[in-house]
Amino acid sequence: MDITERKRKERQLIVHTVVSLAIFAAGWLFLPILTEKILLGVVLVLIAGALYFSNNTGRYVCKRVLLALLTVFIISAITFFAMNAIPGGPFSKEKAPSAAVQAVLEERFHLNEPVGKQFILYLEGLMQGNFGVSTKTGREISTTIFDSFSISAQLGGYAALLAVVLGVLFGSIAALNRAKAADRIIIFFTTLFVAVPSFIMATLLLLVFCLQLNWFPIFSADNQSYVLPVVALMLSPMSYITRLTKTSMLDVLGQDYIRTARAKGVSQWLVIFKHALRNALIPVITYVGPMTAYILTGSMVVESVFTTGGLGTKFVQGITNRDYPMIMGTTIFLATLMVTATLLSDLVYKLVDPRIDFD
Amino acid sequence: MSEYNPNVPPKKKPFSLQLDVAKFEPATDEEKAQQDVMRESTTFFRDGMRKLFRNPLAVGSMIVLIVILVTIIIAPLIVPYSYSNMITVNGKRDKSAKNLPPFTYSKLEQQAIDNGEKIFPHIFGTDELCRDYFIRVIYGARVSLAVGFFASLIVLFIGLLYGSIAGYAGGKTDLVMMRIVDIIYSLPDTLMVILLSVVLDQLLGQRLQNTVLASIGPNMLSMFAVFGLLYWVGMARLVRGQILTIKNNEYVLAARAMGAKRSRIIRKHILPNCMGVIIISTALQIPSAIFTESFLSFIGLGVQAPMPSLGSLANSARAALQAYPYKMVFPAVGICLIVLSFNLLGDGLRDAFDPKLRK
Repeated sequence: MDITERKRKERQLIVHTVVSLAIFAAGWLFLPILTEKILLGVVLVLIAGALYFSNNTGRYVCKRVLLALLTVFIISAITFFAMNAIPGGPFSKEKAPSAAVQAVLEERFHLNEPVGKQFILYLEGLMQGNFGVSTKTGREISTTIFDSFSISAQLGGYAALLAVVLGVLFGSIAALNRAKAADRIIIFFTTLFVAVPSFIMATLLLLVFCLQLNWFPIFSADNQSYVLPVVALMLSPMSYITRLTKTSMLDVLGQDYIRTARAKGVSQWLVIFKHALRNALIPVITYVGPMTAYILTGSMVVESVFTTGGLGTKFVQGITNRDYPMIMGTTIFLATLMVTATLLSDLVYKLVDPRIDFD
Repeated sequence: MSEYNPNVPPKKKPFSLQLDVAKFEPATDEEKAQQDVMRESTTFFRDGMRKLFRNPLAVGSMIVLIVILVTIIIAPLIVPYSYSNMITVNGKRDKSAKNLPPFTYSKLEQQAIDNGEKIFPHIFGTDELCRDYFIRVIYGARVSLAVGFFASLIVLFIGLLYGSIAGYAGGKTDLVMMRIVDIIYSLPDTLMVILLSVVLDQLLGQRLQNTVLASIGPNMLSMFAVFGLLYWVGMARLVRGQILTIKNNEYVLAARAMGAKRSRIIRKHILPNCMGVIIISTALQIPSAIFTESFLSFIGLGVQAPMPSLGSLANSARAALQAYPYKMVFPAVGICLIVLSFNLLGDGLRDAFDPKLRK
């Protein structure tokens, strides 16, 4: 492939990615104004795109976005029908309301309709940002989710950022000091941290630094210290990124172009930052999707341990209370986030590494 | 014709092209000794085992795992307490034996000891329901390890079957089977595990009563079901990839030319050749299953109430973290030790048996 053609392809890839992502992001950011007809239109455009583009890039992007949409749909279907299979309706408690009240309630929540129709109604609600009403608290689930998610998003955001920055830093240090003391120490701790589940890490941190040493206050509404929850969430992904960076950095440092750069007299720091690190970071990008999933699920237990009142806490409360609409809404919301993160990290991976074959 | 004498070389005829045997001399004993086989020729398996036993981390983790296994098998035979019942002194339930620190006795037990009776010490103390904590941790480790092994076996069985069929059949069958795998693979696994555990718990709970399976508990069964439904896809992909590369080897072609059946080729030629990779990934599946089990137990979806698991013990220790921190430490150390040992053993196996990593 000659240079101009590659440049053209790269430019095309960027344009396609941006357009598709804009469509996708618009879909999920503006949930309330997205109706099923617009979504249908988007899907049709994407299918047309997948069939139309003769080059692999466009087809790949369209296919991946379609697969992501399909995954979200399947998750919603599994969640809905699984929850529907549970015996007993939301109003069949010990103190059953009178038949007339029950009829009104069923009418209001469309429980008298067939299951298929209920599912379509639920999907329509989802697209307008309506996740239903909690059976325990009676509040709108969407407000609960969006209120509590701001805390989880902050926690998760800090954790992800720190995990990537520190992971890359430690990984590079380990690779550059191969088989020396620094490398040994870093690898020892990362091997250890990978084996510690986040809830154990959270509880031990709480025990040592909050209760025994009193270095940090216990998390409460007016005293929000994010340090310990972020550390508990961050350590395991950081360790994974450290190992990933170390392996790929060692791989890159053995390449010919690094030797060429050194032979030309390029300074050590320039070699590391400009030539080695940029290529060594590529595998880290693929880990961003799984890391998001890990942090979102990890935050359920970490937030319960520190009682931060974020989405994780609410989800676990929902599970303990068997609050089915709440479990459904949160599952679909978190799953959508995870699928989007995986999609983004895969697309960016293809974008930054032109050596990768599409399909 | 003269008599044949083996010690005298035959005479060379003048125009013959034969080698002149008279120019050769017999090998000395020393030279013959050089031809002796000093060591048996090594096989792939034996070579791998030698490498494995030379790796101190792998040997250390094997020793730790064996010690843990022996302890959890033998300890219930020695320790005279049960995991589900209160401690009794002379047939009387001992209500004073609540939340004892390690190696201490309650008032009733102290009286009994003063009367000259022997009482087995509470190595880890007792819990809030006056049960011996050591035996609970032992049973918890039993449950966690059992879940890890069985879940990995389920994953191995389904993944092996599915992957080998898809890989060997190829063509459209492969395409369809792998699209299904792609979709399951893109589902966020932890969320789906939580969802299905909630649902199956409710669905199976009533039906299981008064059956053999009731003692295992609906949560455990649903966990296995979830592993069988979701976690096999990684294994299926791995097996398929291995088979696709092995399928094109000459010996498979030869077997097919001789008219061997498909099932025979899979059993005799293909599976033995991808066994190494499969065993390694099964070994690495065990800690991830233990991780998932302890996570689910921690958020209250794990094993049935009197039965402990390391995750549920850690969860219940959280309630009185400040007063009895050691109750948190024992199960936490247990989980970390088991997961760490399996991780290190898996890494050692990979270094020893994966030919791609051989230098």
